[in-house]
Amino acid sequence: MKAPISWLRDFVDIDEDIKRFCNLMTVTGTKVEGYNQAGAEISGVVTGKILTLRAHPNSDHLLIADVDVGDKVLQIVTGAPNVKIGQIIPIATDNSTLPKGVTIKKGKLRGELSEGMMCSIQELNLTKHDYPDACDDGIWVLKEDTPLGMDIKKYAGLDDCVVEFEITPNRQDCFSIKGIAREASAALDKPFKDKPIMLQEKGKGKADDYIKVGITATDLCSRYCAGIITDVIIEPSPDWMRSRLRNAGVRPVNNIVDITNYVLLECGQPMHAFDLEFIEGNTINVRRAADNEKIITLDEKERILDRSVVVISDAKKAVALGGIMGAMNSEITDNTKTVLFESAMFDSANIRISAKKLGMRSESSALFEKGLDANNALHAINRACELVELLNAGKVVKGVVDVHKHLPVPVRIKLDAKRINQLLGTDIPVADMKSVLVKLGMRIDKDDIIVPTFRPDITGCADIAEEVARFYGYNNIVPSLALGKSVTQGYRTHNQNVRKVIHDTLIACGLNETMTYSFISPKNLDKLGISEDSPMRDYLTIKNPLGEDFSVMRTTMIPSMLKVLAYNTNRSVKQGRFFEVSKTYHPAEILADEREVITVGLYGDCDFYDLKGIAENISESLGIKDVEYVADRENPVFHTGRCANILLDNLVIGTLGQIDYSVSEEFDAPEDSYILTMDVSPLYERATFTNTYMPIPRYPSSLRDLSIVVDRDVQSADIVKTVKKAVKGILENVTLFDIYTGGQIEEGSKSLSYSFTFRAKDRTLEDQEVNKAMDKIMNTLSREFDAKVR
Amino acid sequence: MLQLDVMLKNAEREILSATDMKKIEELKVQYLGKKGELTQVLRGMSALAPEDRPAAGKAANDAREKLNQLFSDAEKIISDKAVKERLYEERLDVTVPGRKQDIGHTHPLTQVIRKIENIFIGLGYQIAEGPEVESVHYNFDQLNAPDNHPSRDEQDTFYFDAEKLLRTQTSPVQARVMENNAPPIRIICPGRVYRADEVDATHSPIFHQIEALVVDKDITMGNLVATLKLFAKEMFGEETEVRLRPHYFPFTEPSAEVDVSCWVCKGKGCPVCKYEGFIEILGAGMVHPNVLRNCGIDPDIYSGFAFGLGVERTAMAVFGINDLRLFYENDARFLSQF
Repeated sequence: MKAPISWLRDFVDIDEDIKRFCNLMTVTGTKVEGYNQAGAEISGVVTGKILTLRAHPNSDHLLIADVDVGDKVLQIVTGAPNVKIGQIIPIATDNSTLPKGVTIKKGKLRGELSEGMMCSIQELNLTKHDYPDACDDGIWVLKEDTPLGMDIKKYAGLDDCVVEFEITPNRQDCFSIKGIAREASAALDKPFKDKPIMLQEKGKGKADDYIKVGITATDLCSRYCAGIITDVIIEPSPDWMRSRLRNAGVRPVNNIVDITNYVLLECGQPMHAFDLEFIEGNTINVRRAADNEKIITLDEKERILDRSVVVISDAKKAVALGGIMGAMNSEITDNTKTVLFESAMFDSANIRISAKKLGMRSESSALFEKGLDANNALHAINRACELVELLNAGKVVKGVVDVHKHLPVPVRIKLDAKRINQLLGTDIPVADMKSVLVKLGMRIDKDDIIVPTFRPDITGCADIAEEVARFYGYNNIVPSLALGKSVTQGYRTHNQNVRKVIHDTLIACGLNETMTYSFISPKNLDKLGISEDSPMRDYLTIKNPLGEDFSVMRTTMIPSMLKVLAYNTNRSVKQGRFFEVSKTYHPAEILADEREVITVGLYGDCDFYDLKGIAENISESLGIKDVEYVADRENPVFHTGRCANILLDNLVIGTLGQIDYSVSEEFDAPEDSYILTMDVSPLYERATFTNTYMPIPRYPSSLRDLSIVVDRDVQSADIVKTVKKAVKGILENVTLFDIYTGGQIEEGSKSLSYSFTFRAKDRTLEDQEVNKAMDKIMNTLSREFDAKVR
Repeated sequence: MLQLDVMLKNAEREILSATDMKKIEELKVQYLGKKGELTQVLRGMSALAPEDRPAAGKAANDAREKLNQLFSDAEKIISDKAVKERLYEERLDVTVPGRKQDIGHTHPLTQVIRKIENIFIGLGYQIAEGPEVESVHYNFDQLNAPDNHPSRDEQDTFYFDAEKLLRTQTSPVQARVMENNAPPIRIICPGRVYRADEVDATHSPIFHQIEALVVDKDITMGNLVATLKLFAKEMFGEETEVRLRPHYFPFTEPSAEVDVSCWVCKGKGCPVCKYEGFIEILGAGMVHPNVLRNCGIDPDIYSGFAFGLGVERTAMAVFGINDLRLFYENDARFLSQF
């Protein structure tokens, strides 16, 4: 909301320095976003009268003028075609500045002294909208009675400071000069000056002689006020009005239209003016549009309506979109003789929906959307009539046709000073509270506050507390860290700790944490090559997505991670090490089943076992020791020979492996993409952070290595399990340290090399004992796996 | 005895001129060995008169000690020299960069969330979590959002159907906690939230919020101010100042926007704070009585405060990141900077 200071001064005396004013407004809740002076760049331009004009001795098209600028007479050389003796014009004097960084200095033009420059409106950053009478291609000729030597900024209202305020949505009343002035009055601790409206009403008859008003759509329009102006003379409105409109960001048009805009800005009530001549049947009816009803709005566009839209119609046709915009068929023209002013109250939600549906948000609809005060409508129309009389734009006819249902009534709230101070933690005297509330337009009736209807946001004690606190100063509230009377304990829950340990473990594994979008394109599931009946295809679909790419909630983390791998490899990042602990989302009876998933993605200089090591680090960090890995050759997403399911208590809790070559190609990800996904929730139950010290062995261990050759499909995990079963007691550990397939051994076989650690708790082992165990191991392996010593 | 003196003199000369251990060993054999010179001299003693023997014996022992001393001194000099030479030979160019382990990097958003979590855990808060797929009831109704509030529009909120949506704020977690727990309540709620904004440098359809909620008897706005001041100092540095401005949020009353003094220029004005000296960082207020009532807490007995901040905004400010998209592109060259 842009508010010129001069306009605010109609309602409250503002003589503070602009910076102080802005700061006071901001700290009391009407935030200043910025301010500027329209003529900030202009200086040293004054009004002057042309006393003489004579030809330039050295030029055919230049003239020399003597100009009286009040305290002296300046000689000015000009080339303007429209100058005449006696005119009063703007003179940029020596060392003056103009917009766009122009500086004017005295100098000689073709040998003759020129002590300044005459200015056009363009040179002062004005347009014909601001001054319709000004010359297009010459010097701006000012009004005849203009005093000489006057600063042009004052003349043209360019000295006015315009402050831009951020208005919060609960304060629709502050989308008006009066609303902001009321805030200023409380912020500056000065009275608010509300002038009563004075009307002469010289028009013939009464308003209801001219127009009958009916509201059919009573649910969408709660009040309609109509006023009549006769003997209208359409002309530009006066300079002061045009200047205020311009400074507030509204383009001046003509006196009648300008008045409606002026009232909108001043009172916060949208208005509309119809040419009564085009209102057929002397009737206004507020009704719902018919389906497919057409109207051409003032922006010259045809609109096709439906029953949800409210229109203003006469006996035959729609003449305006209620609360949004008027129609071409009844607009004010230069020939308008009789005007119907409309000041009405429309349903905010309906206006918002209609404006959006029709794609036409206007100043008026933007205000109605916020929910206005129906009581303001009558005041606004009277103010418009007052301005008509002030501008001599026509004759105001007596009375206003005012059709309405129930009007809002002021709310009564008890002023509970004790409770307010309790809530704020302050000790503000009740008299101070009352003083603030009165400045804001409230009335005090003993212990009650009577809240005016333009403040529907105030409904209870907390709202009153805010009004009091705003002007007491939020920053004057004394801080106190003693929260209530109870003590609470802060901690992370078990599950939160599990997640933290997982995170820290993955960081320690050298992985970078990623964050990816929770929604994906369903096409990703096709790219993964998963079957049509896969549970991953059972997803939640967003009704209004930003696009197909963001249209369904992910049921798997793999596409998200593949995209991360693709993004990096395509930017020549040689090696990728990533993880994310995030959610997948699955349909459920109530809301959704949100599952936390650990996802790891690797590429570049890595293999299956790097990935598996990370999986093992995760379970070990949580104290979970019995995780199993079982080959899975059926998963379409993964390499058939390099994929394993992760099992905990015989339940698949995750999958890891190299991504199938065709899948990685689909995602533009590297060939050596390795991905691990693991559900978090099964880990919560099993994770344990209790840790018991194991004594460091007192007796030495005996080490033995063994290389065997077995069929390629024999699983090492089975061998280890069998060995551990065969030799109990002294076998401390079995480690695989080499796998070999290739030329030196039979095709279809592989060589596995293990290192065995033997130890007894109570003695140093004899060689014999260890040899016996190794024989047993070898015998068992050859029996169970047809293993041969290599 | 003259014999001994000559031997010692010769030995001293030879030992001192030895440059390596091998030579020293040879000399040891030569002088102290079984057939060494000292032994020879001692053997010659048998020819002495018995009364001369004690003196000669003492002289021989002195000579042996002297020799031992000479040898050990020489050995020390030689070995010290050898060590010195080895150290010199093994010298390195210490300006060559070290061999680093690859350490993973926590996402900057997680870093901000963790830091805030840790601050509030220390103040007796717990971390509350809730669903991202939420109901209209918890996301809007319970939080006093007016029926026609634009945030309810499909233009702003992602819907699955008329009742189910992606939460637009973490505040529904507050409502759920208040419904299920009696005061005293002290929680923070970090999490993912969603709004139908097209992706650009300052907008993302997915972002993160952290909110704090305290409900108890006698909770005042002075408590809120104190908590905000403490939080700001922990988060942005000891000298940070806090400034509150009245504002509007549907679920708090009174409401405030909170600015903190710029942590770069300390309030003097710089590009980070756009020369304003202060940076708007969070929204706050006293929990609206309607919200308390909606959640089954009697506003005549209890009061509370709440505040919330955007994690992305905070991270951008703290780390000097100028494009929000970087958080979700997951470029390793970005992630590994934090």
